[in-house]
Amino acid sequence: MSSPLAERPVRELKGLLDSGAITSETLVIDCLVHISQRNPAIHAFLRVNPEAALAQAKAIDLKRKTGQAIGLLSGIPIALKDNICTKGLTTTCSSKILEHFIPPYNATVVEKIISADGIPIGKTNLDEFAMGSSTENSAFGSTRNPWDLDRIPGGSSGGSAAAVAGSLVPLALGSDTGGSIRQPASFCGINGLKPSYGRVSRYGLVAFSSSLDQIGPFSNDLFGTALLLQAIAGHDSKDTTSINQSVPTYLEELDQPIPSLRIGIAKEFFATGLDSEVEKAIQDALMVFKSLGAKVVDVSLPHSPHAIATYYLVATAEASSNLARFDGMHYGHRSKEKSSLIDTYCNSRGEGFGPEVKRRIMLGTYALSSGYIDAYYAKALGVRRLILNDFNNAFETCDVIIGPTAPTAAFKWGEKSSDPLAMYLSDIYTIGCNLAGIAGISIPCGFTTKGLPIGLQLQSASLTESKLLRAARMFENITPWHTKRSPTFS
Amino acid sequence: MSEYRTVVGLEVHVQLLTISKLFCGCSVTFGQPPNSAVCPVCLGMPGVLPVMNQKAFELALRAALALNCQIAPYTKWDRKNYYYPDLPKNFQISQYDLPFSFEGYLDIPASLDQPSKRVGLFRAHLEEDAGKSMHDESGQGGSTKVDLNRAGTPLLEIVSKPEIHSAEDARAYLEELRLLLKEAGISDCEMQEGSLRCDANVNIHIPQADGSFIATPIVEVKNLNSFRAVERSIRYEAMRQMEQYQKDGKKMGEVSKCTAGWDDARGVTIVQRRKEEASDYRYFPEPDLAPIRITAEMLERAKASLGELPHQARARLQADFGLGIYDADLLVRMGRAITAYFEKVVSAGADAKSACNWVANQVLTTLNESKSTIDQYPLTPGILAGLVVEVQKSGLNMQRAREVYGAMLADGVDAKTAIQKLGFVAVADEAALAEMIRKAMAANPKAVSDFKAGKIKAADSLKGAVMKETKGMAKADLLQKILLDELNKV
Repeated sequence: MSSPLAERPVRELKGLLDSGAITSETLVIDCLVHISQRNPAIHAFLRVNPEAALAQAKAIDLKRKTGQAIGLLSGIPIALKDNICTKGLTTTCSSKILEHFIPPYNATVVEKIISADGIPIGKTNLDEFAMGSSTENSAFGSTRNPWDLDRIPGGSSGGSAAAVAGSLVPLALGSDTGGSIRQPASFCGINGLKPSYGRVSRYGLVAFSSSLDQIGPFSNDLFGTALLLQAIAGHDSKDTTSINQSVPTYLEELDQPIPSLRIGIAKEFFATGLDSEVEKAIQDALMVFKSLGAKVVDVSLPHSPHAIATYYLVATAEASSNLARFDGMHYGHRSKEKSSLIDTYCNSRGEGFGPEVKRRIMLGTYALSSGYIDAYYAKALGVRRLILNDFNNAFETCDVIIGPTAPTAAFKWGEKSSDPLAMYLSDIYTIGCNLAGIAGISIPCGFTTKGLPIGLQLQSASLTESKLLRAARMFENITPWHTKRSPTFS
Repeated sequence: MSEYRTVVGLEVHVQLLTISKLFCGCSVTFGQPPNSAVCPVCLGMPGVLPVMNQKAFELALRAALALNCQIAPYTKWDRKNYYYPDLPKNFQISQYDLPFSFEGYLDIPASLDQPSKRVGLFRAHLEEDAGKSMHDESGQGGSTKVDLNRAGTPLLEIVSKPEIHSAEDARAYLEELRLLLKEAGISDCEMQEGSLRCDANVNIHIPQADGSFIATPIVEVKNLNSFRAVERSIRYEAMRQMEQYQKDGKKMGEVSKCTAGWDDARGVTIVQRRKEEASDYRYFPEPDLAPIRITAEMLERAKASLGELPHQARARLQADFGLGIYDADLLVRMGRAITAYFEKVVSAGADAKSACNWVANQVLTTLNESKSTIDQYPLTPGILAGLVVEVQKSGLNMQRAREVYGAMLADGVDAKTAIQKLGFVAVADEAALAEMIRKAMAANPKAVSDFKAGKIKAADSLKGAVMKETKGMAKADLLQKILLDELNKV
């Protein structure tokens, strides 16, 4: 059995496509073959769309053959997290309540991908409505980590991360509300970028927490990360929270090292609960940066211990309202029990939502209710402001803050699913980035003795993705971690 | 039964005169087939985002200025959360604690019998409308149908202070509000089509011997389908509350606020439900929409777009044209275009009072009969002024003048030509008139003796005889003078 083309770095694949060494059709077929071989074990994809993907690949190949201009994405197949709406293609959010929901429109990112000659190849598994850190909260079965099938891939974008890490597809999109791109990227040994809030349109992303959600790319190299970000970033008139500022040329700038890079280290990112192997890998990464001439500065993020509490108030409050529309009236699951209006609401939602979603809706409803809103939601907004101020102060003296993406490597399937609080703590280092609306990325930086990937998180100020990618690229350029592939299928 | 004082606060919703909805591009035209003017955004589908309609905000700002409101420099949107099948997102985008305008007033105009009265306004804010539920009213237990064409229509909610003290004043307030909003092009205020809706908060103050008063519990009266219904329901509800108080002695605060429906056919309010506790709408800031800063430029534009408001027009018509309150009000209520026509008639040489009468009677009748507007009216102001002048000069009576008017419309000719054509030549020959009077006196000696005996009215039959002989063409004022002269000679 030949190894999948998607194992190759995206930089190489794009070169092969652009030079005509391979066709897009070849690449799509290769991906479809490996999806059919590997997906039963990993369960990264909920569904693939082979006919449409092949048709689009052939059309792109024809354009190339006839000398027409090809878009930036060169006919590369891309997996989409199943909370990103695709016209005519079922979009479930891994929830029974949307099991048969077919959107009549594409998310803006999907439109942008298609117009850049990227090929949406299928939809990937997630924690229901992106609520979770392990992809175990999916109504359609959990996803397995390609590095160890007994372990979770992280979440909530676990399907997209596993699809790239398992070389089922070269690129994927996820969404990140509190770490849902970076944490699974870390657990799966690939790159995952959460853009600054407003850098990428949220139109067509089924909202979990509107003020925190961002769509971002997964790739096995930073070239692919920059490439996909380049294709999806920018203002969208359909999303008034998207920022109306021109998009830098990430790809062109990627390979330019940052002279006299200043690396910020915050002691809050080395707290109790941090696995010693993870800590060692991060310290090693710091040495790598030092060897490149980077200056290390201590920064302080004094309010970060409150990030989890703040997050679980803001995110659940918004979610309780965002998810109110799933009521069985206009679309989605409606209970078959014949009953009153109120009972129809209760039964449809009771049958349609899983336990974690219900837990968060209840939390958020409580946080917004009369008599409690000032003590909870309003207070959380205040703390959120303080957390942003912490980051702004830190970025006065450094370019990027580095630390672990998650306190541990991937944990075992079922290990934390009965303990929501322990599960929430796996996002302890990623949440602040969403609350502050800044940019963050996880890149591979080593392995545990058990052979599990470890992720290094870099964070930078809002709209400085180019700086973030360049700093990460400096590390990638002289380390081997991003070239490692899971031995599971070899 | 002792006297009481009625206390009313009105909550008025008006639909703004936009082409499209508040947060999407769907049409707001009334009367389209059910669920045809809808899109993913106003259907509240997963992943969609609202985009504010700038025109709606401009109109709302114009309304707030016309209502003498203070304008907030900074305003935001909030979500009002509640479940109902005609509310697709199960929250309404509205404004809660920072409405864009507040603390205004509207003056009920002075009439012949009462001076102007000022009604304070708490606030005016923007929000989106819900759809329409159509319940099976046959009692067969059929399904409720939902039409979402109206969902997302821009509404301005105008909340008055409880400063309206009679049913008549409530109606006058609504009439003035409607006139103002129509004249400024803010809303067409068609109650039949639901573009103006009104709820009344009613209670009464019962004076006590010591000079204090007792307030009864407030009842919110809903289902008011006409201004007449508003007036009748308030009168009824105040009476009902007095009777209720005499029965149970309950004061405000002793029972909770409740809602009543107005049954127009029976002419009664029906108390529907007592709110045990305030509904918890869990208001919180809408994270999908950026807050709005109201700039000086926006305010200037809104001010410039106001035009002359009804109270300004009334004052000017009285001052510049010497019209009385009644006539000025009559013209203003007919609208800016007709008022402008009237002004042109006067500047073409007609006397203001006569011009006002002609416009308010004949012109309006013609427009109503032909269901047309003043810009489609066939007579130019100059032509109508010619008629007014001719009638005065020639002394034609009103009946003949109307015939002339009819001929002008029918044949498209001016007054002089029409009079000639009809052969209407006023008899102004003093000698001829005197001869006719003497003949009439001779034929009717009883009328002469009655007149001499002090029955002034007896002269009318003599006048009538002359009019009959002249086919109504005797110059009325001259005839009167000569008749008296002749009678005095006897």
